[in-house]
Amino acid sequence: MSERILMCGNEALAEAAIIAGCDAYFGYPITPQNEITAYMSKRMPEEGRVFVQSESELAAINMVFGASATGKRTMTSSSSPGISLMQEGISYLAGAELPSVIVNVMRGGPGLGNIAPSQGDYFQATRGGGHGDYRTIALGPSTVQELVDCMPLAFDLADQYRIPVVVLADGILGQMMEPIVFNKKPRRSLPPKDWALTGAKGREQNIVRSLWLPEGSLEKHNYKLQAKYQQVQKNEVLCEQYEVDDAEIIVIAYGVAARIVRSAVKKARQEGIKAGWIRPITLWPFPTMQIAKAADELSIFLVVEMSMGQMVEDVKLAVAGKVPVVFYGRAGGGVPSVDQVLEKIKQLTIPVKKQ
Amino acid sequence: MKTVFTRTPTLKDCLTHYCPGCGHSIAHRLIAETIDELDIRGRTIGIAPVGCAVLAYNYLDVDMIEVAHGRAPAVATGMKRTNPDKIIFSYQGDGDLAAIGTGEIIHAAHRGEQITVIFINNAVFGMTGGQMAPTTVLGQTTATTQQGRDAANEGYPLQVSELLALLPGAIYVERCALSGPAQIQKAKKAIKHAFELQISGAQGLSLVELLSTCPTYWRLSPVKAMEWIENEMTKVFPLGKLKDESQRPRISV
Repeated sequence: MSERILMCGNEALAEAAIIAGCDAYFGYPITPQNEITAYMSKRMPEEGRVFVQSESELAAINMVFGASATGKRTMTSSSSPGISLMQEGISYLAGAELPSVIVNVMRGGPGLGNIAPSQGDYFQATRGGGHGDYRTIALGPSTVQELVDCMPLAFDLADQYRIPVVVLADGILGQMMEPIVFNKKPRRSLPPKDWALTGAKGREQNIVRSLWLPEGSLEKHNYKLQAKYQQVQKNEVLCEQYEVDDAEIIVIAYGVAARIVRSAVKKARQEGIKAGWIRPITLWPFPTMQIAKAADELSIFLVVEMSMGQMVEDVKLAVAGKVPVVFYGRAGGGVPSVDQVLEKIKQLTIPVKKQ
Repeated sequence: MKTVFTRTPTLKDCLTHYCPGCGHSIAHRLIAETIDELDIRGRTIGIAPVGCAVLAYNYLDVDMIEVAHGRAPAVATGMKRTNPDKIIFSYQGDGDLAAIGTGEIIHAAHRGEQITVIFINNAVFGMTGGQMAPTTVLGQTTATTQQGRDAANEGYPLQVSELLALLPGAIYVERCALSGPAQIQKAKKAIKHAFELQISGAQGLSLVELLSTCPTYWRLSPVKAMEWIENEMTKVFPLGKLKDESQRPRISV
């Protein structure tokens, strides 16, 4: 499949996962990502691969745990409340260093919240989310095409670093239809899965575990994980920058919010305001260096999110107090409009011009 | 001199962390013997629970995974579905299987997962210090039922195997006891049958419940603990085959 076709985000990411070699999908229905489960239930058996509708998200993530431990490429998907239920399993995946891909098509929270789009799970995705010192790679695509492209990347990153990778979409991206192309880019060269449980035929037993009881052994394991996370931070940051060089204001947003920001920044430029944007594509590892560099040369940042302000904390850490960081966001299903963002850009830039 | 008994190779030659008189060591040996007799070490994957047997991989020389509390049947599902040629067994205690993991075992059986479950019922939480399990019998004192388990407050002992035997997806459910040589021989036979069913590709889940001693938290000597199984536990958890549909024809729709 290399022609341009029209697909909704949920189905497109599912097909992209199949093309990326996903051996097994396990999931439990939850809105607004049900198209993924339904699509997988049809397509995976057609490909001779595994689909199981689990009895809960707890079971789904542990089915992923089992399949991954045998060396298979495996994924699950859910939406915010379901992802909360998976946190135990994700912590175990991180501890046992099992590759896995977890798609979160975010909805409004907290609690049962609603089924409208949201970016309220940024903290959960980028801080680990479950118990213990760990990180998951978090990807934040902003178009259906990018969602499609980040699925093979997610599987490759998972296998390369033996780490859970979260694909952070939202209800808009999951539901919207856009023209896409399934690019079959060459895969990364990946390490052999010699740790996998395949039956100890002619070799010593393999053990997959996250329990380290002897004194000092868990601390050592944590240092090993941290060294890996540092490699991820060093090698895997992805972000998009636009008109940053001469900008007086840079707007930072990811995912669907970045599409709104893009329109607002372009309008601002038409009105003579020197605005630019930085769009993190990897939310963890975060483009700290890119933002820190920009902070040396401009006067203000505006962060726009579909939340009450989560990524803004990472921006503030990157900016380190050098210039003001202003936040604008809406939550619980509210989506900022282009005019609202443009108005905010004007409020923040006009006083600067008067000086 | 004629050798009458040897350690089976899949049981590692090492000391265990189990208390004197604990049933886990016997259960481990029976599983290891079964794996060797059926010659399946090279294609077996075991799942260790959270509980006293969390370190089972230190004693059983097969590929093993240690999983979150109660989730072994879900992990086993992920393994077996992606590796139908492998022999997957989980080893779970009564806290793991009958308390926190009730949902996972019921649904794995309900789906008819082709896995083998060894369920150790010693009527108490061992690793955390002897608290009440769902299978604690009425009147039994534990760290959290210090006046004895009272049905009015803690409910009745949970007979999970009876529950599971009702499900069409469970094809073989038997309860045995590690309470003496004769019963241990029966348990071995049951474990072997459960593995053989999986090897044959039988369409469903096989489970062997083993009533097992916990002398430490029963506050009994190892010998008295075995007697307690025979005299008290079997009243609540009667021994025998609850279900054996090993001849069930393959269902295809």
